[in-house]
Amino acid sequence: MDLSYTDEELAFRDEVRAFMRDELPKEMSDKIRLGEELGKEGQEKWHAILNGKGWLAPNWPKKFGGAEWNAVQRHIFEEEAAAHHAPRIVPFGLSMLAPVLQKFGSKEQQDYWLPRILDGSDWWCQGYSEPGAGSDLASLKTRAVRDGDHYIVNGQKTWTTLGQHANMIFCLVRTDPDVKQQEGISFLLIDMNTPGIEVRPIILLDGTHEVNEVFFDDVKVPVENLVGEENKGWTYAKYLLTHERTNIAGVGFSQAGLNTVKRIARAEMAGGKPLMANPHFAARVAQVEIDLKAMATSNMRIISAAAAGGAPGVEASMLKVKGTIIRQEINDLARRAVGPYAMPFASEAIEGSNEALPDPHEAGPVAAQYFNNRKLSIFGGSNEIQRGIIAKVMMGGGK
Amino acid sequence: MNFELTEERQMLQDSLRRYLRDKYTTATRNEILESANGMSSEVWAQLAELGVIGAMFTEDQGGFGGAGFDIAVVFEELGRAGVVEPFMDSALIGGRILAACDKADLVEEMIGGGLQLAVAHGEPTSRYDLNHVRTSVDGGKLNGRKAVVMNAENADHLIVSARASGDVADEAGISLYLVAKDAAGLTIQGYPLLAGGRAAEVTLDGVEGELLTEDGFAVLSDVMALATMAQCAETLGAMDTATRLTNDYLGTRKQFGRPIGTFQALAHRMADMLIEMEQARSAVINAAGNLNEDTRIRDMNISAAKNLLGRAGRLIAEEAIQMHGGIAMTQEYELAHIAKRIIMADHRFGDTDHHLERYIALSAA
Repeated sequence: MDLSYTDEELAFRDEVRAFMRDELPKEMSDKIRLGEELGKEGQEKWHAILNGKGWLAPNWPKKFGGAEWNAVQRHIFEEEAAAHHAPRIVPFGLSMLAPVLQKFGSKEQQDYWLPRILDGSDWWCQGYSEPGAGSDLASLKTRAVRDGDHYIVNGQKTWTTLGQHANMIFCLVRTDPDVKQQEGISFLLIDMNTPGIEVRPIILLDGTHEVNEVFFDDVKVPVENLVGEENKGWTYAKYLLTHERTNIAGVGFSQAGLNTVKRIARAEMAGGKPLMANPHFAARVAQVEIDLKAMATSNMRIISAAAAGGAPGVEASMLKVKGTIIRQEINDLARRAVGPYAMPFASEAIEGSNEALPDPHEAGPVAAQYFNNRKLSIFGGSNEIQRGIIAKVMMGGGK
Repeated sequence: MNFELTEERQMLQDSLRRYLRDKYTTATRNEILESANGMSSEVWAQLAELGVIGAMFTEDQGGFGGAGFDIAVVFEELGRAGVVEPFMDSALIGGRILAACDKADLVEEMIGGGLQLAVAHGEPTSRYDLNHVRTSVDGGKLNGRKAVVMNAENADHLIVSARASGDVADEAGISLYLVAKDAAGLTIQGYPLLAGGRAAEVTLDGVEGELLTEDGFAVLSDVMALATMAQCAETLGAMDTATRLTNDYLGTRKQFGRPIGTFQALAHRMADMLIEMEQARSAVINAAGNLNEDTRIRDMNISAAKNLLGRAGRLIAEEAIQMHGGIAMTQEYELAHIAKRIIMADHRFGDTDHHLERYIALSAA
């Protein structure tokens, strides 16, 4: 047992720190720290900065232009990125679609799509969930019917994150309605500019526009945009979901969030003393910190096993449940900490009107973040689904 | 023992519930939320006509209620429908302060629906401490800054607390002033609130006002006791809506070929929500029923309710969202607004921890 990083890993961490210090634009980290929207342009700029360094695709093999970092290196990067308030990498092309193309795509698909993901030519979004197919994803109904050199797609996807910026969508579609649900699904790449596609915004409870509905009405998709084999899409979808769970524990985000809570609570006064000196509040902070420390070590244990070649399975579900509980608890502490100043609605509209926000601690819209992050335990396989997986695997003797 | 509402209160509850169910739909409210002043004058006038404001005042004050259960009945219905019009701040807090300071003419105007008030008491560093007043009064001129003042932009008058003597945290030496909205030196910087309605940062720079009382802390303590109880009742109503929506959703939403409420993992959590609802309802009854007891007993019951509603409210809001899934995260679904009302209620009149500490202090007294 050795809980510390090796000299090699420490040197890597120093390199990442120096990069964040020198290359992360301050106006970008300020926005992230204050919980503001980065927008499409800002996000693309950060991707270009990382791509220039060769760090945009940490998980890709070198032969595809990736950094081919191991799990420990990726973790160090994520931790440092969160600590420096770097924007997140938009995952849809880079860490969801790309691994599928690299494993199941044709040589032509790899040669064409992968470079375009790296240089930002395409912004991908994910067409998985449907109004009737959420936790029960395999019940999806969007239909694709082969017609000569094309598929004709009809149906609806929902919760399409940042679909408003995307020019491409990877979709799960039903190509055979007459077999067992999981055996009639295919994986299609669809150009968002094809006639018959309509994107409608969904405004979330904190007023943000993150997700969309995408409607397909007789959309023609060339057959060369089928990934792998017809009706094998469920296999690819499950493979993708294991990659969606990279950084699932969110340790870096939690650590950065907890630091913010402490900063606010040291400045905020309650009954003539700093809130951080209030025993009830201090106990709440300590409780979360204790959980976070243990979870960070669980995360490292699983990462080390993965770096040594073991595949994370049920442990990823455990990290997702515990990691989201901790992040949401930290969001809850932040909104408690600011007291009555949690109530103002700090929206882009106010920013645009040049009104100064009533935010004495530069805390950002902590209450809006509290509400927004209720999504963490819902998306990417809800915590109920994860608990089901854990129980099934651990109690039923593996999958 | 009798836990039935009186006939008058039952009638008020029925008519208010019917009006809000028919007229105050999610779509209507979403329009109000987007509007420039964050409230509907029409809704205000119609609810005043139904007697909503009159129920908050005693007969001596010109109303027809004013007791704990009158106020609880009204606010539970307002909470159930997620009403964003400023009945709490303008009518109850503002109106009852004026009633305590013998401003009968203005109270009459308030009951008729023709007056809007704002109470500028909290300050940027006062958090939930009622005694914390830094805003000063000197030679009749008010100077200072007030934080998150509800309804300030719509108000005809502001009620401003100011320190006439003593230190920043002294209970003695706090005076209340009535300030006209167009008074010289008054700056109101407004913004929308996350859970609806509007508030403002208010700056006072040599503002003149009419002295209401030099015993501001006593008046504020009594009125804030009423308001905290009313807030608990309002949150109870909102929690009831969240619980009902979740119950309905679990029965209709199907995944894996069956209603999701048939999964025991969800059914048991629904049961926990229902259990907490009963706890919350009883805590509100305790608070409303002890409103006229001596202040220690009164305040213990109020702090107990605010603490319990804070805990149960969070559980119900979060579980309701979680068991709905993505749909509850969308602005156009009723639960989104209701959940925000429940959680943001924890930031008014002292949060869960504040009232736990107050309860401990009062128990030891």
